[in-house]
Amino acid sequence: MTSNQPSGIRLQNVSLMLGTKQFRFDCELPAGAITAITGPSGSGKSTLLNLIAGFETPESGKVTIGSANVTALHPSQRPVSLVFQDNNLFAHLDLATNIGLGIHPSLKLSAEDGKRISGALERVGLGGYEKRKPGTLSGGERQRAAFARALVRERPVLLLDEPFAALDPGLRQSMAGLLLELHRETGNTVAIVTHDANEVRQLADHALFIDHGEITLQAEIEVFLMRRDVPGLTEFLKL
Amino acid sequence: MRRCMISVVAALTAALSFTLPAAAQEKKTLTVYTYESFVAEWGPGPKVKAAFEATCDCTVNFVAVADGVALLTRLKLEGAGTKADIALGLDTNLVKEAIDTGLFDKSGVDMSKLTVPGGYHDDIFVPYDYGHFAVVYDTETIKTPPKSLKELVEGDPSQKIVIEDPRTSTPGLGLLLWVKSVYGDKAPEAWAQLKKRVLTVTPGWSEAYGMFTKGEVPMVLSYTTSPAYHMVEEKSDRYQAAAFEEGHYIQIEVAGLLKNAPNKELAQQFLSFMVTPAFQDEIATTNWMMPAAPTEKPLPEAFDKLVKPAKTFLMDPAQVAKNRRAWIDEWLAAMSLN
Amino acid sequence: MLTRTERYQGYAGGAVVFAAIALFIALAVFALLSFDSGETDRPLFDAYVWRILRFTLWQAGLSTLLSVALALPVALALARQPHFPGRIWIIRLMAVPMGLPVLIGALGLIGIWGRTGILNSALAAIGLSEPVSIYGLSGILIAHVFFNLPLACRLLLAGLERLPPDYWRLSASLGLPALSIFRFVEWPAIKPLLAGIAGLVFMLCATSFTLVLVLGGGPAATTLEVAIYQSLRFDFDPQRAISLALLQIAVTASILALMALLPTPKDDSAVTGRAARRFDGTGFGARAWDGIIVVLAVIFLCLPLASILFAGLKADFARLLTTPAFWKAAWTSFWIAFLAGLISLTASIAIINARAAIADARKPGLAPRGFSALLASLSSLVLLVPPVVIGTGWFLLLRPYGDVASFAPLLVVMINAMTALPFVMRVLSPAFATHRQRTARQAANLGIFGFARLRLIDLPVLAAPLATAFSFAMALSLGDLGAVTLFGSEELVTLPWLVYSRLGSYRTADADGFALILALLCLGLTIAGTAGQRGRKDDG
Repeated sequence: MTSNQPSGIRLQNVSLMLGTKQFRFDCELPAGAITAITGPSGSGKSTLLNLIAGFETPESGKVTIGSANVTALHPSQRPVSLVFQDNNLFAHLDLATNIGLGIHPSLKLSAEDGKRISGALERVGLGGYEKRKPGTLSGGERQRAAFARALVRERPVLLLDEPFAALDPGLRQSMAGLLLELHRETGNTVAIVTHDANEVRQLADHALFIDHGEITLQAEIEVFLMRRDVPGLTEFLKL
Repeated sequence: MRRCMISVVAALTAALSFTLPAAAQEKKTLTVYTYESFVAEWGPGPKVKAAFEATCDCTVNFVAVADGVALLTRLKLEGAGTKADIALGLDTNLVKEAIDTGLFDKSGVDMSKLTVPGGYHDDIFVPYDYGHFAVVYDTETIKTPPKSLKELVEGDPSQKIVIEDPRTSTPGLGLLLWVKSVYGDKAPEAWAQLKKRVLTVTPGWSEAYGMFTKGEVPMVLSYTTSPAYHMVEEKSDRYQAAAFEEGHYIQIEVAGLLKNAPNKELAQQFLSFMVTPAFQDEIATTNWMMPAAPTEKPLPEAFDKLVKPAKTFLMDPAQVAKNRRAWIDEWLAAMSLN
Repeated sequence: MLTRTERYQGYAGGAVVFAAIALFIALAVFALLSFDSGETDRPLFDAYVWRILRFTLWQAGLSTLLSVALALPVALALARQPHFPGRIWIIRLMAVPMGLPVLIGALGLIGIWGRTGILNSALAAIGLSEPVSIYGLSGILIAHVFFNLPLACRLLLAGLERLPPDYWRLSASLGLPALSIFRFVEWPAIKPLLAGIAGLVFMLCATSFTLVLVLGGGPAATTLEVAIYQSLRFDFDPQRAISLALLQIAVTASILALMALLPTPKDDSAVTGRAARRFDGTGFGARAWDGIIVVLAVIFLCLPLASILFAGLKADFARLLTTPAFWKAAWTSFWIAFLAGLISLTASIAIINARAAIADARKPGLAPRGFSALLASLSSLVLLVPPVVIGTGWFLLLRPYGDVASFAPLLVVMINAMTALPFVMRVLSPAFATHRQRTARQAANLGIFGFARLRLIDLPVLAAPLATAFSFAMALSLGDLGAVTLFGSEELVTLPWLVYSRLGSYRTADADGFALILALLCLGLTIAGTAGQRGRKDDG
């Protein structure tokens, strides 16, 4: 499952009902690009991400990553890494263990793996933090550690659900910078849910706009930023 | 459906059967069902067992349940398939029900030597000890104890007594019958009046006596023999039984032979042994009841000081069985009045 | 979010536990019903049964109301004062009444509230000649509050401690007054727990027997449980006993169903796992109020316990502790409690996992949802099944297969495990829900399953609630006389049985001594069960 070959993500006629809300998605996230998923609160951004990650299963339609149909696969069997807004780390385990679980879920780690963990921590600016518990870190440091885990997992797809929403603006900038750097190094496919227009401008190559459970626009970023005919998008971009 | 359930049980049983003791026993084993305090380390059980085993080349195996009522329930549950040779520890109020089960056989024991007051006789059950119900009081609190049931009923309501519930205990039933014997049709009125002195009604003797010895209440329904325990074991005269002029209701404890006893001869031998001094000598200071037959050793001095009822009440067991429910309802009604 | 295997394992576990409990009860009932005792001439619904049914519900309702209403301020005060002197010991002491044989608890209460107890002696000393009598409804209520307030308090406190620490920071920064904190933070956390806790207490009070008779002052105070006991043990009328038990279950279950219409806990608390620091409750008024509430509760709980302690200290321990009977009974009690605790824990986990698996399917059909509800209600309603019914039924079933005495330990273990189930569920369910909330997505994404998940993710976090639940179940089982009396086997002498047998043979001092040992054992268990809590506080 580990592969550095970037994989595109495709949702074909995917539909899903949650409570009374109906979702219908048909879209493509290009391989090796960063795609921003935007839209008003409750429009279905996280649901789309959950469908890709496997936390939701569509009632109809198909989800493919690269050439593989993953519609019925469990989250662990999909070639994706995840970073959420919070609860990315197990609070009772130190950082080395938390990251090590990304390499081997039963934590059977070799000395080689230990070096990789330290390297990843180094890479995200947390060198020497192996034995620290998440509770002793700041919010930004916890998200860096989550990135470090995504690094060692070497999955072709990285899904981010408002990863910087809990951080202050200055920190957001530097974390976005780190994300870009890591993306350039690995060349993976990234999908990031955000409601921050600046993040979209700074990070994305491609963007989706979701409104009331449907994708009302998917386009290259230059086109996306120029469109004025999509309801709600103009307001969103002004923010 | 039923077969399916039984096979589940059978499987369970098979899984458990390794816990069964090895069956290989050379000596005959006499199985005696009895109640717990009989076999306690201070009870008559261990001494009686040793004494009988010395004469019979057999092993006595006691199986003990909580009390006489549980003993009868156990026998009913087991029915004709019971392993018991002897049931030891029923009392006169349970005798009728026990006979009705059809599980018991005639004892064949010579009961001419029995010294039980009240003239109890039957050819199935062998009386082995007895006691009279009595109000036991705390001499430190009560200076003038009631001299009759009438005085108890009509006495000062601020001097309380704790009694047992006839729905759940034999002493409770004993008091019910005692009041009935003395008051007859006027029993409900007597209960309504006694109610004012009743602090509470406990489910069994243990709870009532515990409250009494903790000093919560100065009087308790117990036995004429209760003070003997305190005098002998605790060297204390503090707790005494009140002698009632009308007389006292008696509780006789009996043992019976099971019809399907695996060792019938041995069982009959044991029943006969129960009315000999070897058994009777142990009863007074281990079971704290009066021996039902002559002893060789004299009873401890304390027993001379006990109340000796002038008159003994004992209702016909058949009459008790017939009327018990109605009388309990009568008691409930009177005791539930405000 | 669960793999298919995990989900099926969840369903299967739930189904096995459900079938086991249902069969365990149904077979006993079946056996009793098919036993012909020839004693069925009495109508079930006579005036007597109606009267005791009314009384059962009335006293249980009042007891529940009082226990929960009084537990609430105590739990709030203890939650608001994390540094209250001896706080951990107060919480530990609250587990002791649970493990006490009921009669011992009743005698302890009488030592304080009784005619010659401390209260009346004090009143007499200030010149009041007529003693205040608790016998009657008031005595029953005092006893039920004594036994159930600590239970309710511990469960409420656990709910308050699961609140995210951010809430306290937020409340402090907003400068919320105590009343607002109660309205907007504490009450919303407590409200969804109340129905469950009240239901548990209600069931315990509705099935109360010894307390009601001893402190009720007369047969006007009689519960259905007394009638069930009477018809099975004294009248030997199994059909009537079953009918009464069914009546008890049906009526109580309908009341619980009404309570269940109230909001129930949702698994939506986000917690960071840091120790809760409270910023309120530092003012003089708040501290004084909390202090008074906690001290009053401690006095109410400790005085009867102290009376048990003093009574027990008079015993000749050198002799008691050297009797072989004691060590044998202690050993038997330990094994029974240990196995019952283990089974209860396993069954609870299976039920929790099954319900989680059903909830995990986004749109469970009617059948799975019904099964989930059934599991939830079964796991609490088992408390209403009288052990004497189960015991007698199984006695009949096993009788043809050998010496019942050799099955008895297993049956007692099963009955005790069943009785502990509702308590274990109350402790474990919220802890499991919070844990699942925090870790499920991560673990699923990282593909951590099975033993690795247990070892790395679940056990380190859930060890503390598991230990609490286990010690809880063991203490309950340790203090229970229950089913043991029926079987009468020398292999099955437990500590409570020793206490009762001493009481039944004039040996009150010995009984007090053994009761004290039992109480200390319960305390020891709770210390073991709460040991993890202190550790968690040091973390982070």
